[in-house]
Parts: sequence; structure tokens; C-alpha cells
Amino acid sequence: MTKEERLKKRHRAEKRFRFYGLTSIFVALLFVVILVQNIFSKGSSAFKKTIITTEVFFDQELLEIQNGASQEEIMEADFYDTMIENLIKAYPAKNRDEEDELLKLFSGDAEIEIKKAFLNDNNLIGKTITLDLTASDDIDQLHKGNYPRDLPEERRRISDFQLVIYDYFVENKKISKNFNNYFFNNGDSRDPELAGIGGALVGSFYSILICLLLAFPVAVLASIYLEEFAPKNKITDFIEININNLAAVPSIVYGLLALQILLATIQLPRSTPLVAGITLALMTLPRIIIPCRASLKAVPPSIREGALAVGASKFQSVFHHVVPLALPGTLSGTIIGLAQALGETAPLILIGMVAFVVDIPSSPIDPSSSLPVQVYLWSESAERGFVEKTSATIMMLLSFLIVMNFIAVYLRQKFEKRWN
Amino acid sequence: MNIVLIFLITIFSVSLFFYGKSKTKTISIKDNIKLNALPKFYGYYIVLWCSIPALVFLLVWSLFEPVIIKSIIIETAANQGAIFSDKNEANLIYEKIKAIHLGTYFGDIDSILKESALAYAKFINLFTNSKVVLIFGIIIASVIYSLKKIKNNNKARDDVEVILKGLLFVSSLIAILTTLGIIFSLLFESIKFFSVINIFDYLFGTNWSPQRAFVRDASSITAAEFEELKDAFGFIPLIAGTSFIAFIAMLVAVPIGLFSGIYMAEYASIKVRRISKPIIEILAGIPTVVYGFFAALTVGPFFRQVGENLGLTVSSESALAAGLIMGIMIIPYVSSLSDDVINSVPQSLRDGSYAVGATKSETIKQVVIPAALPGIIGSVLLAVSRAIGETMIVVMAAGLAANLTINPLESTTTITTQIVMILVGDQEFDSPKTQSAFALGLTLFIATLILNYIAQRAVKKYREKYD
Repeated sequence: MTKEERLKKRHRAEKRFRFYGLTSIFVALLFVVILVQNIFSKGSSAFKKTIITTEVFFDQELLEIQNGASQEEIMEADFYDTMIENLIKAYPAKNRDEEDELLKLFSGDAEIEIKKAFLNDNNLIGKTITLDLTASDDIDQLHKGNYPRDLPEERRRISDFQLVIYDYFVENKKISKNFNNYFFNNGDSRDPELAGIGGALVGSFYSILICLLLAFPVAVLASIYLEEFAPKNKITDFIEININNLAAVPSIVYGLLALQILLATIQLPRSTPLVAGITLALMTLPRIIIPCRASLKAVPPSIREGALAVGASKFQSVFHHVVPLALPGTLSGTIIGLAQALGETAPLILIGMVAFVVDIPSSPIDPSSSLPVQVYLWSESAERGFVEKTSATIMMLLSFLIVMNFIAVYLRQKFEKRWN
Repeated sequence: MNIVLIFLITIFSVSLFFYGKSKTKTISIKDNIKLNALPKFYGYYIVLWCSIPALVFLLVWSLFEPVIIKSIIIETAANQGAIFSDKNEANLIYEKIKAIHLGTYFGDIDSILKESALAYAKFINLFTNSKVVLIFGIIIASVIYSLKKIKNNNKARDDVEVILKGLLFVSSLIAILTTLGIIFSLLFESIKFFSVINIFDYLFGTNWSPQRAFVRDASSITAAEFEELKDAFGFIPLIAGTSFIAFIAMLVAVPIGLFSGIYMAEYASIKVRRISKPIIEILAGIPTVVYGFFAALTVGPFFRQVGENLGLTVSSESALAAGLIMGIMIIPYVSSLSDDVINSVPQSLRDGSYAVGATKSETIKQVVIPAALPGIIGSVLLAVSRAIGETMIVVMAAGLAANLTINPLESTTTITTQIVMILVGDQEFDSPKTQSAFALGLTLFIATLILNYIAQRAVKKYREKYD
């Protein structure tokens, strides 16, 4: 091998090496794109729901209430017969079986939707109005194009007759898509078309709020102590080792801790945002302390010495000068820690947040779900409607995380002083 | 009640602040001394004394009150002739009594329950009253003490700072308390578990089937049941499955992470670096439940489809799918840590290598990487510890049955999956099955602790070398 050939070979190796590096970065970026694309393509349709425009006649004989009935009277009145009578008129069905199949095209909440219309206007007796009623999950998925209709009938959830009705609805423009308010306002439900993330949103909000209230002050005070006041001794070293180790303990271990201490020993209520918040706070604490200490460390000693030189006490130099300067870094570290806590699932499963909760929690001690746990729960369900809902929940979760991270970056870039 | 008390404590503190502040005037005028602290520090001093002892007392009281009341009530119910064979039944009776007291119980109420409910009401009343009295006593005592202390005191600021420093110290102790809490809670149940199951049967058993442990009361086990239990909690399949999935994850994460770290540290222009580094780090910020969903609903079925086309039987919960996705999640941990490590190799080493005519890749392979090796190994170990502690991806995408296999297309289970599966839903405490989850947690905790310790030491040693 001549010198030139050897040199060429070495240069080829150089190029290859560079190519490997570039490919790796490219592969990593590709994964991000695939993941996000996959979630968005599955989830974006969940923000719309399918509605069937139906004429509803309020018959006094069926309802047994008068025009101008009070709120309680309407709440107690039975709207079931009114619903049945009106819904079967949506399509000229020939017999009972056909009527049953027709009724299955509407959501389980059709009765409540009709009742709500009457609550809004209590002078509807004897009148006919057009209402937008939510369609059942199968029709919803069919209308959104997520459901193949060319399968043989026995492998479909929708019968041939229901397809005929659906086509009739489409032809007469009775079926359309609308903003899915249920997805944001409702709690969990067994029916995909009625299930929403309202309860999970509130649960997550309470959990993160409690986590913030507990973790932020303690983390700031602890990092101030360790960075500014702690003497160099064994206790301080021990605390530092502990913090570093805690930051790397798997999150599920915090779930076991919460189960044993918070639920079994102190007997706080299960499945509640209160317990979730405390658990997340314990887990987030070391993860906040580390960036807090870094931002305190970044404040140059001249600031402290300047304050001490004009007669400030150690405390005044720290609290009046160092801490305000370190605050942007501290806050952005806290927000990033909270973003991690918001996406944490495993410890919440262990403290029983996987319970099926329909009601939206009104306080932190009501049983509740949280966004990531809702993702886990729905991903176990087989219906196509829940796949869509799960992806949409992930989209909500990811957008919260993106917003939080942007705030963190903004705080750091806008307010942090550079010392050089 | 507690909220009212906290509100009252706050009001007292605020009003005492102004009282303390105005008190300084009388100190300096009457005794004609020069104050070394601003008046507000006298206010702070009283506020701290007024609020901290009362709040700490309230917290401790609230933590222990339910437990104490419960044990008293269960005891009185037992004295009155209520029969319960184990803890679960006792809990049930206690819940009934509580519900009767709140008026939300609609079952049959017999005389024992009725008496106990009355006793419960009595104790709740007694405890609440004594709590209020004690808290006011504490406030009065500590306020009197602090007022006495600020009399003739011209250095209130120093005293305030001593108290605040104590507060700072206590906050930093929370980390130690958390560690102690983890160790205590894991050990407590694990010891009970190992008193039933021999630790060697656990560590070296090759069969994991905790559903067999249907025995409810661990203290009264017959010989036949014991034989049955002995073979149900073998740890080997779990550690094998965990290591196997972590190994697949590292096969994905180490090459990709390391090469991107090297490229970013050595080749990338500032512009490329500024864009690609945060995008790769997005992978670390995505919640693991999202990866789990992706692995279970997209990657798993996709692999199965591909396998079918190739004529292979691929489980839809294959170790491969879970490992691959876990590997992707770990890429940023490897890449950013190795990026940091490579950046801290001194430039002089590279310059020396270039001076003798090495190309850039030769310099990296033969000089930079050997120099950075301890740090790189440390970052890989940290990634491994993250992989074995990762829960949601394996819960959603890996299997539930414990198989001893090295075929990546079959399903295996992991330690974390089993912990979740055992503890999800209703648990019976005092059953070896529930306790086994804590034993698994303890094993996991120790394993990650050792890995992290070695990794952190490696990185630290390496940093010191070039400082």
C-alpha cells in the first residue's frame, strides 16, 4: 500500500466516522418526529365530536310537567319516553329491532341532552325544536373515517342496517362535526363519546399545585442553607450524598414510600390529589435542589463581599442580594421539575389514582385521576374511540409541558445575569 | 377546624408583629439603650415564636390523631364484644363506625356499632377540644417567653437570624428524612416478607407466580401452603427479564447516544448544536407513559405484523418493542452526559494528537475517548440505572408473565412491572403477595443505589483528573 492509498483510506475512515455521528443525531431527531406525528395523527380528531341533528317534540302527556315548570320539577321529570319517541322518528324504521338499532346510534346521554334543552327554556311543551345530539362512539368513528366499512358485517361493530341509516343521515345533512366540549368538561366514562379529561385536568392541577407549594419553599431554603451557610462537615456531606442519590431513585420507589407512610401509616385518603401532591413533592425536591444550588453558586462572591463590606449581616447579604440574583435560575429549575412531576405516572398508580372516577374533583381530598394516569387507563381500553382520546390527552399533556419549558427558558434568558 | 386554627395563628402573628415593632420604642426610651436592630426584627422575632411551635404542634397532632383514635375505637369495640379475626375486618368496622358518625351509613346498625359510634364522637370531640386548648396554651407560653426575651434586648436581629438558620437547616434535613422514609417503608414490609419466604428461595428461585399466594394471614400458614409459597417468589426470572430489556435498550441508546454526543462535542457547528441538542433532549422530557402508549399501540403491533410477514411468531408484548422504545427514551441521557464529558477533555491532548498528524476521527478514537472513558462509563451506568427503574414503558408494553427467555421476540416481565401489577387495585396488607412488592422495591432501590454510586464516583474521579 502506497502512502497515498493509506492516506485515502484514513480519510475515508474519517468521513465514515463523521457520517455515523450525523446519522445518530438524525435517527434521534427522526424518532421525535415519528412519535409526535403518530400521536397527532391519531389524536387530533378527538377535539371534534359527531352530532346528529334531530327534531324533538315535547309532549305534555309523556313529560307530565307544565310550561314554566320549576328547576326541581324538570330535574325529577322522566325524559326517557320523550327521548325514545323522538329518536325513532329520525329514520322511518319498520319494526322494533330496527328501532333498537336506530337508538344505538345516539350516545347514552341523549336523554340528559334533551333535558338540558328543556332546562334552558322551560316553555317548550307542545313545541318542536331541532337539537344537536351526540352520536354514539361507533358512528363517531365511522364519520371521522377511522372505521373501515368494507369489512364483512360480523367483524364490524356497526350493522348493515345502521350503515343504511348513517348514509340516510349523511344524505339529508343531518350528521355533522362540532367542537367536542365533552372532552374538556366531562370526567371519565365507560362510553368513549362521553369520556373527557375534565376530572384529570383538575386532579393534575391540584396535584401540581400542592407539589409546588411543598417543594418550592423547602427546596429553596435547603439550597440556600447548603450553598451559603452549611459548615463543611460530615452532616453536610451526608445531606449532599442523600440529595444526589434521591434524584436518581426510580420514581416507583416513591410510590411505595407513599403507600406505606402516607396511606398505611398516616391514613390520608386514597386516590386523592393531596397524596399525589405530597408524593410528587418528595420526588421533585432533590430534582429542584440541584438547579437551585447551581444558580446560587453562579452568583459571584463579589456580590456577597460587597454587601458584607457595607455592614450587612450574612443573612442580609444572602437574602437581599444573592437570592434575588439567583431567582430566575431557581424559578426555571422549579418549573422544569414540576414539568417532570406533571408527566409522572408510576407513583400515582400505586397510590390508587387508577380508580375509575366519573365526578370532577372539587377539592384536593376528593378521589381523582390525573392526565398521565388517564393516558394509562384509556390505553388499556380496546375501543377505537379511546385510542383517539388517549392520543388527544397526550397532546394536551405535551402542550402543557412545552409551555412550562418555554416559560423556564424565557425566565432564564430574560432575567438571568451573566457574570463575565 | 385545622384551617380555622391556621387562620387564627396567622392573625395572631400579624397583630403581634405590629405589637413587637411598637414595643421597641418603649425599650429604647425607658432603658435608654441604643438598638442594634431595626424595629421590624422585634416584630419578626415574636412572629416566629408565635407561629412555629404552634404550627409544628398542629402538624404532628394532625398526623397522629387519626391513628390514635382508630386504635382506641377498635379496642373499645373489641371490649364491647365486636369480633374481628384480622386487621382488614377491624378496618372495616372502623370505617362503619366513622360512617355512622358522619350519618352516611345505611346498613344495619347493631348495639355495638352504635355504642362505638357514640364513643367515636366522644373521642373526636375530646381530641378537638384538647387540640385547641393545647395550641392556645403553646401560643400564650411562647409569646410570653418571646416578649420576655425582647425586653432589654438590643440585638433582636441576631436572634431572628439564629431561628431562621435553624429553619434552613431543618429544610435541608428533609432529604435525609425522605431517604429514611424510603428505607423504613421498604424494610418494614420486606422483613415481614422474608420472615415467611426464605431469602435464598427469593434470590435464587426460578419461578415467579405471586398469584399463588392466596393466603391472607401470613402468621398462620400450614406446611402445605408453605411449600406452595416457597416456590412462588423466585426472583431470577424478574432480574433476567429486567436485565434483558435494559440490555436491548442499551444496544439502542449507547451507540446512538454516544455517536451523537461525539458529533455534537467535536464536529457540530455552534448553529447545528444549538438546534439539535434541545430537540434530542425533548426525548428526555416526554413522559414515559407516552412512550409506553407508543410502544404498546404502535411499535408492538408493527413488529408483530413484520414478524408474521417474515414467518416468525412475535409476541405483541415482545421484549424487543419495550427495549427499543426504552432505548430511545435513554438516548439523551447518554448523549448529553457524554457530550459534557468529552467537552471537558483538555484541548492540549487533541492538539498533541493533531501535531503528530492524526486525523480528527483518529484523535477522537485513540486520544479523546480513552481519556474520557471513565466519564463515559459513568454516564452509561447512570443510563442503565434509569433503564432498570423505568416503569411505565414496561408496564404498558412488556408482558406480565415471568418467562425465563433470551428470545427478544417473546414477552418477558420486569421488576417494576410486577410491583405495579401486585399493588394496583385493592391490596390486602399482611399478605405475602403485597409484601413481595416491597421486597422487589427494596431490591430495585439497592441495585440503583449501587449503580448510581459507582457511576457518580467514576464521573467525579474523572472530573478531578482534569480540573
